[in-house]
Amino acid sequence: MVVGASLAGLRGAEALRRNGYDGPLTIVGAEPHAPYDRPPLSKHVLAGELAPGATTLPVLETLDARWRLGTPAVSLDPRARTVGLADGTALAFDKLLVAIGAQARPWANADETRLTGVFTLRGRDDAQALCTALAASPARVLIVGGGLIGCEAASCCRDLGLAVTLVDPNATPLARSLGAKIGQTIVERMKRAGVDFRPNAKVRALVGDPAGRVSSAVLHDGAAIAVDLVIVALGAVRSVSWLAGAELQADGAGLTCDSACRALFADGRPSPDIYAAGDVARWPNAIYGGRLVSVEHWGNAVAQAIHAARNMLAAPDDQSDYVHLPAFWSSQFGVNIKAVGLTDGADALAIVHGTRASHRFLAVYGKAGRTIAAVSFDQARWLPAYAEQILAGAPFPPIMHASDQPVVERLAPGFPPPRAAASQGAADA
Amino acid sequence: MPDDTLFAQVLDEANRANPYPLFAELRRNPVARQSDGKYVVSGYAALRSVIFDPRLSSEDLPSSRRPRTGNPFKDWVLNRIKDRVSNAHRPLIFRDPPDHDALRALVMDQFGPGRVNALHGRVGELVDGMIDAVRGRDEVCLVEDLSYPLPVAVICDLLGVPSEDEPRFQHWSTQLATALEPDARRDDETRGANARTFDEIAAYMHQLIARKRKSPADDMLSGLANGAGKQVMGDVDLISTAILLLVAGHETTVNLITNGMLTLLRNPHELEKLRADPERAPRVIEEVLRFEPPVQFRTRKALGDIEVASVTIPKGSAVVLLIAAANRDPLRFPDPDRFDPDRQDNQHFGFGGGLHYCVGAPLARIEVEIALVSLCRRLVEPRLLVDPPPYRSGASLRGPEQLGISIAGVR
Repeated sequence: MVVGASLAGLRGAEALRRNGYDGPLTIVGAEPHAPYDRPPLSKHVLAGELAPGATTLPVLETLDARWRLGTPAVSLDPRARTVGLADGTALAFDKLLVAIGAQARPWANADETRLTGVFTLRGRDDAQALCTALAASPARVLIVGGGLIGCEAASCCRDLGLAVTLVDPNATPLARSLGAKIGQTIVERMKRAGVDFRPNAKVRALVGDPAGRVSSAVLHDGAAIAVDLVIVALGAVRSVSWLAGAELQADGAGLTCDSACRALFADGRPSPDIYAAGDVARWPNAIYGGRLVSVEHWGNAVAQAIHAARNMLAAPDDQSDYVHLPAFWSSQFGVNIKAVGLTDGADALAIVHGTRASHRFLAVYGKAGRTIAAVSFDQARWLPAYAEQILAGAPFPPIMHASDQPVVERLAPGFPPPRAAASQGAADA
Repeated sequence: MPDDTLFAQVLDEANRANPYPLFAELRRNPVARQSDGKYVVSGYAALRSVIFDPRLSSEDLPSSRRPRTGNPFKDWVLNRIKDRVSNAHRPLIFRDPPDHDALRALVMDQFGPGRVNALHGRVGELVDGMIDAVRGRDEVCLVEDLSYPLPVAVICDLLGVPSEDEPRFQHWSTQLATALEPDARRDDETRGANARTFDEIAAYMHQLIARKRKSPADDMLSGLANGAGKQVMGDVDLISTAILLLVAGHETTVNLITNGMLTLLRNPHELEKLRADPERAPRVIEEVLRFEPPVQFRTRKALGDIEVASVTIPKGSAVVLLIAAANRDPLRFPDPDRFDPDRQDNQHFGFGGGLHYCVGAPLARIEVEIALVSLCRRLVEPRLLVDPPPYRSGASLRGPEQLGISIAGVR
């Protein structure tokens, strides 16, 4: 059984069939839609270039599966090996792949969330609703949070000719993933595109008019901005609430697994039957010294699901470790951004191709003298070479004698301080 | 002791018809040093690793040297300046970033899906006309009758080169294509002839570009020369870019079409399947690109020490990216010497990879698809007359010089 009918669930189910599993297969999904692709939602779909319904994923194998779409899983009993669904049915499984993903982190104040004109962007329905609202030409769009989704949404809104204010608690957008030094390039692109970027700012409250429509936002310093559409882009929370009674190690950081993608019981033993993959999974990644990581990126959803499916069919003594170099891409403000590796804990940054001034460069991140991550702005073709350097644990900065390597500029990456543990679940902006 | 002259044997015309056994030998060392100091990369994993490596430079062309004329002013002043200009404004396949990227972006602006996809109808007309023309004959030479004239007509259309001028290019193009052949390009005589040819074709292009500026048309050269509101490349780069596109249009697709038909004629079962089901064409073409790539290798220069497949390629070395060997690496492709269009996950390097990936790939795919499908559907009982056919001299741009086919008619 596969719980989760999105990218990881689909690719995992395909891998089960491809690897020879010919028994019954059930795929449970909370949304009524067949598996669809999410990255375009905040890019081409929002920009109006692609209909939300045109994102359905191709199915690459004959699945011959029983689909339970639109019925969320609400409970898991690892001993009885059953999954409870929202409609009251309980489905038995021999092996389970948890690929349930994550949800948009909601705005902290539930009353304000209910105001008309307040949106999040995670699923196809969100994108559809948001597209419709954007088509009505709101006078000003407020985006709360300058992560990938917030930035991509801001870029699309500017392309649509809408006035945009983006509020972020850090000095630059993407500061948490790329650092403020690289984030500064995004600030410059935003300025050029005409986005009203408010750094080091938080939204204290959203205010509605008597009709229940959002009409303004109050910032931390008391200043008010008149807005009639708000996109809350505060990242994602992993879908683990349904695992509450399952005695598995599941919390806000995800469902913890061993290196073979097997979910861990509260006592630390790996479950022989329950595997996890994609956004929800948290596993010790050998590339980063066995540190527990979860990776909310497209490539990981595919690779981890395929890996988990292989292990699900393998004997208990033939489980192989999942090792993954995280990678993501984004397109925003006319720039193609690609990144590999994890920047967590980076203490140094070097520009190894191009220049920041040209907005076209490749930067690498170092930690304790080793290269741990790289990001390219319109310079993606060289990225695989740096991915190899990261995998090889190369020294920082890797002096490549590359064809267009300038004098290597070393900088402080400018990461914001880690989030306080208490604020993890709360609003970030 | 591995044989360190294998690549020299690849270059030897005696092995042109079937270099694949040599490639298999070479692959025993995925990165193999040759007696002349070249490093030949023939393993798939090794090639994939270096093709994305920023330490491999494409600026490995020997410097331009115009031959002595006996006129001291020309020999010591004018031609030296011209040589310098040539060296600084190579076509973009011989350039590194950041110059390469800027030039490529401007070319891509003019080579987008709109312009390329609009060629479907025109390619169809040309192919139909060329096949109609052999009606009544019982033998055709595919190279003369279709695979050479088709891409030439298309690239002339696309660039906006008047078709009456085309015959002048055949010789120029053949000469300039030697820049991709390692033996020829180091030869002083060839270098001189290349420089002279370049000057001739450049003079022609210079005039043509002036005309395109005066009266722009809806073609690539007009777009490149006038920029369509965007940045325009410098005139010298513009000329070398135009020449590159013209030569590429003359010397590469011809091999892909001919290699494709040759392979289908050698695998009549596949020819019949394609005839019955033209939807198979994309799979067939990708497999031809893997099996008999029209550009068999490209050369590079190492800018730093590069470690790959447990070999360190020292800084300054000449490196050969042997695409045709990597495409048949048994560690990557099961049963690699079998032509199998139904192959899964066919990630070949037939169009190269990384920074210099073929700009014309989408155009080539359209031309070859229409050509192969039409040939399979319209030629009645096509049979190879000579196998192997005679080959052109190039080892990199490898393909038959003639491909004689007997036919029982034209449908």
